[in-house]
Amino acid sequence: MKPEPETNDIILRTGASIMVPLILLWGLYVLIHGALGPGGGFQAGVILAAGFILYTAAFGLGETKKILTMKRVLLLASTGLLIYAGVGVLAIISGGSFLEYGVLPLGHSPAESSKYGIEMVEVGIGLTVMAIMVSIFYDIAFNGE
Amino acid sequence: MIEHFPVLIIAVGLLGAFFTPIIGLIRKELCSPWASLITLLQFLISIFLLYQVLAAGNISYWLGGWQPPWGIEYAIDILNAFVLVLVAGVCFSVSIYAKKSLGFEVPGKELPLYTLYILLSTGMLGIVVTGDIFNLYVFLEIGSLAAYALIAVGDRQSLMASFNYMIMGTISASFILLGIGYLYVMTGTLNMADLSERLPELYGRPVILVALALLVVGLSIKTALFPLHTWLPDAYTHAPSAVSAMLAGTFTKVGIYALIRVMFTVISPEYVIETVPVMNILSWVAAAGIVAGSVLAIAQYDIKRMLAYSSVSQIGYIILGVSMANKLAMTGGILHILSHSLMKVGLFMVAGAIIYRTGIRNIYQLKGMGKKMPFTMAAFVIGALSMIGIPPTIGFASKFYLAWGALEAENWVFVAVILLSSLLTAVYFWRIFENVYFGVHEHEEIKKDEVPLSMLLPILIFAAITLLLGLFASLPIGVIEHWVTGVLP
Repeated sequence: MKPEPETNDIILRTGASIMVPLILLWGLYVLIHGALGPGGGFQAGVILAAGFILYTAAFGLGETKKILTMKRVLLLASTGLLIYAGVGVLAIISGGSFLEYGVLPLGHSPAESSKYGIEMVEVGIGLTVMAIMVSIFYDIAFNGE
Repeated sequence: MIEHFPVLIIAVGLLGAFFTPIIGLIRKELCSPWASLITLLQFLISIFLLYQVLAAGNISYWLGGWQPPWGIEYAIDILNAFVLVLVAGVCFSVSIYAKKSLGFEVPGKELPLYTLYILLSTGMLGIVVTGDIFNLYVFLEIGSLAAYALIAVGDRQSLMASFNYMIMGTISASFILLGIGYLYVMTGTLNMADLSERLPELYGRPVILVALALLVVGLSIKTALFPLHTWLPDAYTHAPSAVSAMLAGTFTKVGIYALIRVMFTVISPEYVIETVPVMNILSWVAAAGIVAGSVLAIAQYDIKRMLAYSSVSQIGYIILGVSMANKLAMTGGILHILSHSLMKVGLFMVAGAIIYRTGIRNIYQLKGMGKKMPFTMAAFVIGALSMIGIPPTIGFASKFYLAWGALEAENWVFVAVILLSSLLTAVYFWRIFENVYFGVHEHEEIKKDEVPLSMLLPILIFAAITLLLGLFASLPIGVIEHWVTGVLP
């Protein structure tokens, strides 16, 4: 069901309802392909946040806050960074040195675990960047309400 | 596990900082003990690292298993370990003090405050622990950003103070980054040990001069060396007292550490002393700062502002000792990092305690405080005596070495400056003694009204250490001399 519109910008709302899912999907694509192709956690985070910001612009803050409350934003930001630091510590526990992806128990060869290790770090960065971008947007646009 | 301690001191801090918001969402009150726990862990690790360096020599840790100079190296020698213990110790003690003090001055902001607190502590430890010059810049930014935000939560004027600091800090960071960039362009390496091997053949080139100038000016702003100190008084005055205490005891010291590291390890002592007279210039600037800081401190009536200007003067002492670059003066300078940290943290905590109990900041309203808060004020007296340089405090030991070093260098102006400034220090602290102990309150009966134990205990411990280390000053001096003899020609 379409959310109740706050304004009458029919073009903006129609555009947004087509664009937002695509933007989010594109963000996820950039996130997953960061290690091999162009992109990465930071870029993906910004794209994901842009999706939410467009959604807010079209349907109002109330709708976005149903999905991303301030608490959840904070939680996502911390979780992302915890994933990053956690991978580093996991490498120590697996017998390597800090952030030595090769020793992680994620694949059959060091190269494979290295790939998945970097992927996990990218996911962490992506989550944090997205959450921080959204929270900056909330703060600037709506004075943190 | 033990071989991972150099990185764990950082990893524990980062994990702790990022976990704080989650804890804060469950229960706000748990943030403060959590910060104490994390900083305690860092403190314990730093003590162990110092022990290990003294017992078994320098430590080198390769991040991600990449061999330096390709990967990032954490390199720890005696100077690192010494500053690590100091920084982590101050962060831990102040975190215990902070619970009541921050709760009173900025209530309800535990969650962001303690996240930033741990981040600041981790950033500073990172600057000290790393052996990679770009990594040093990154940690400097982590620490600085946390510091700007921490200062901004203070009273109404703190936003302006924090903004000024941010502008100055950003300029300084840009200078440092440019300086590092020049070094990197010329040598193709960022590892400090590797840089020090590759730089000597480039010493004739003007670009090294530019890099040196940028690094010296950038780091001087971070250490608040006169006349680049303008951000410091406002920041320390308007930040919450616990934050002032922590910053005064650690952040400027870490800047000085970075200056020493860049001048004497990355770039060689011969170059900065003989080829280019950087050290000579710095020593005169520092001497000017010592006198100017003291004179400005006398003019202040706000107790925190007075302590802040006194910091400017004391930073001058440290830089003067380091830049005279003979063994005695340098030992004195590095020892003064320790002694100034101990006494200034103690004094700022007392200032915070007075604000906590009475809300008074003006030193002429402190009458009768000696009866109201006897233990706190006794600690203040010990800190102040150490500041003036009266035996048997640690402040006496470091000033003694500084003056001895100036005599050794046969620079009579510096001897005069050190002695004159001690007198000026006595003047501005005497005003407080006079009001606290001899000021008469006519009508009201003064009741004893001490601050809570969690605030009193750190204050008393700092006062006790100031005294004890003064009596056993040979302990830190032995450690420092060991490093200094290895570095100076």
